[in-house]
Amino acid sequence: MESTQMQFVQNFPCFSIMLCMFAGIVSSVLKGRGARRLNTVVLGLNIVMSAAVLLFTVSKGEFYVYVMGRFSAPWGNELRAGVLEAGMALFFCIIMLLSLLGGRHKLLQEVEAGKQNLYYVLTDLLLSSLLALIYTNDLFTAYVFVEINTISACGLIMIRQNGRTIEAAVRYMIMSLLGSGLFLVGICMLYDLTGHLLMSNIKTEVAYIMANGTYQVPLLVTIAIMSVGLAIKSALFPFHAWLPDAYGYSTVSSAAILSSLVSKGYIFLLFKIIYRVIGFEVFHDSKIINVLFVFGLMGMVFGSLSAIKENDIRRMIAFSSVAQIGYIYMGIGFGTQVGMVASVFHVLSHAATKSLLFIAAIGLTDVSGGSRKFIELTGAGYRNKFAGAAFTVGALSMVGVPTFSGFISKLLFAQAAVQNQGKMLPALLVLGVSTILNAIYFMKTVIRIYTPVEHTEYPAAGWRQGRIYAATLVCFMILNVILGVFSQPIVDLIEMGLNMFA
Amino acid sequence: MGANLFQNYGEAVAMFLFVIGFGNLLLQSNLIKKIIGLNIMDTAVYLFLAEKGYISGRAAPIIADGVQNMEAYINPVPSGLVLTGIVVSVSVTALMLSLTIRLYQRYHTLDLDEISLRLKKEGL
Repeated sequence: MESTQMQFVQNFPCFSIMLCMFAGIVSSVLKGRGARRLNTVVLGLNIVMSAAVLLFTVSKGEFYVYVMGRFSAPWGNELRAGVLEAGMALFFCIIMLLSLLGGRHKLLQEVEAGKQNLYYVLTDLLLSSLLALIYTNDLFTAYVFVEINTISACGLIMIRQNGRTIEAAVRYMIMSLLGSGLFLVGICMLYDLTGHLLMSNIKTEVAYIMANGTYQVPLLVTIAIMSVGLAIKSALFPFHAWLPDAYGYSTVSSAAILSSLVSKGYIFLLFKIIYRVIGFEVFHDSKIINVLFVFGLMGMVFGSLSAIKENDIRRMIAFSSVAQIGYIYMGIGFGTQVGMVASVFHVLSHAATKSLLFIAAIGLTDVSGGSRKFIELTGAGYRNKFAGAAFTVGALSMVGVPTFSGFISKLLFAQAAVQNQGKMLPALLVLGVSTILNAIYFMKTVIRIYTPVEHTEYPAAGWRQGRIYAATLVCFMILNVILGVFSQPIVDLIEMGLNMFA
Repeated sequence: MGANLFQNYGEAVAMFLFVIGFGNLLLQSNLIKKIIGLNIMDTAVYLFLAEKGYISGRAAPIIADGVQNMEAYINPVPSGLVLTGIVVSVSVTALMLSLTIRLYQRYHTLDLDEISLRLKKEGL
């Protein structure tokens, strides 16, 4: 804060949120192709701006607060950007761009001709709400953008019109509304207890309440309600019933975006609440983390078991998400800095891998007559070589083979588990079991797609129309390997970001 | 405890309503009843906020008769939050209703469980 002169780059968080929002509004009057171009340009600009903010905060070594409007701290609205926020924004934009590119040809087939632009309206709004969730320093603003996020995600599910997707959208909405209802009540109670809506101010008041020893029970209830609300929204086991249909039947870009970004946005908000609103110590001393830990572990096992039973490749990947969300909550449940670093890394790793798997799976089903049943997928890896290779990379990463990102997150989780006396045994045990289960269903699929068939009635994928698709898959694979091989600088950045976060 | 509960009966009622709404949204299988539950839940939160913002014996913070003293007015922030919340819940309700219409046109029933059953039979 030594230089009072604000630098231009500090405006970028605000610009990126506004840019997405206006792009969404403008897209509603554009034709499909124009909306798509605008969306790509906006995503590109956002990547550049987030990278600039990331560089700025890394070089400064501290976060900065951006005051929205004229009113300062206790009354006004604020954005706050640090290393973790900027890094996450950059990562989310990249994943979204790749997911949209990879699912583009499918989108043209599955969405009615006149409604193409609406898809980009929804993605623009979704991105703006994600960025707002990342950057905002105000709890009520966070709530409003949580709802915008939910509405646009619901639109992404149901834009491909059939009975399944509408039903999935309704179920998604119901669970999300339950979650955001709880979250809203939590915010109101917290406001009631502390008298503030800005995160940093709430934290000072919470520390004061804890020091005085008053209102312990209401505070505990508030923490519990907010955590459960966000857990429901991010599909932690046992609140995952809506997930397989929503991810399994929507158009493939939507599935990739929903699994890798939307649920992660809520988890990021939870990180923020843990560090910036409640305070890490207070959150740790409340017993809520044990609850999250237990449900995380259960999710890891039951998600994988459901995935093994599944006979539909898209739904299998969706169930695998339940297990991966379980990993993230397990990391939070350790209640240590190392566990949180592992969780944040797994957010990145899972986002990169899961979108890759969804995009790759669609290539495989396309060369199998559009069927998603395993029996039809036999030999699909030969018919579409890029998709086969990409799916294999994704599967290896999910199982946790070295050089891919999944290995690093498992390593970090194991390290975090070893450092936590009480939770070491169950965590390591479940980590092992879950890895084996992951291996069973992913390797089963990989073997299936590389089983040669004598004669097939399905033609191999054409090269001409698949160029963007193949390029996207290559980018995803590179991203995955980058996360896996150059993990140390990324982990260092996450640690730096978390220290700045509080 | 009991005395506190009686003193803050408004908040207690709000929480009670919230639980009713939450239960309805979660457990009812009829979509319209679910939406009604959603509205009860949201309205309960607004009641809670309004109760919290009101300080008995004070007026809305509109400066009339030149009274500038802070002690004369209630806290305006919760009212602002309620307004924002209403906007959000209206749009969410509209979305839910439109989804319900879509499902009804397709399956001629409002029962979500039955719709799921039929989808399973269709085996789409």
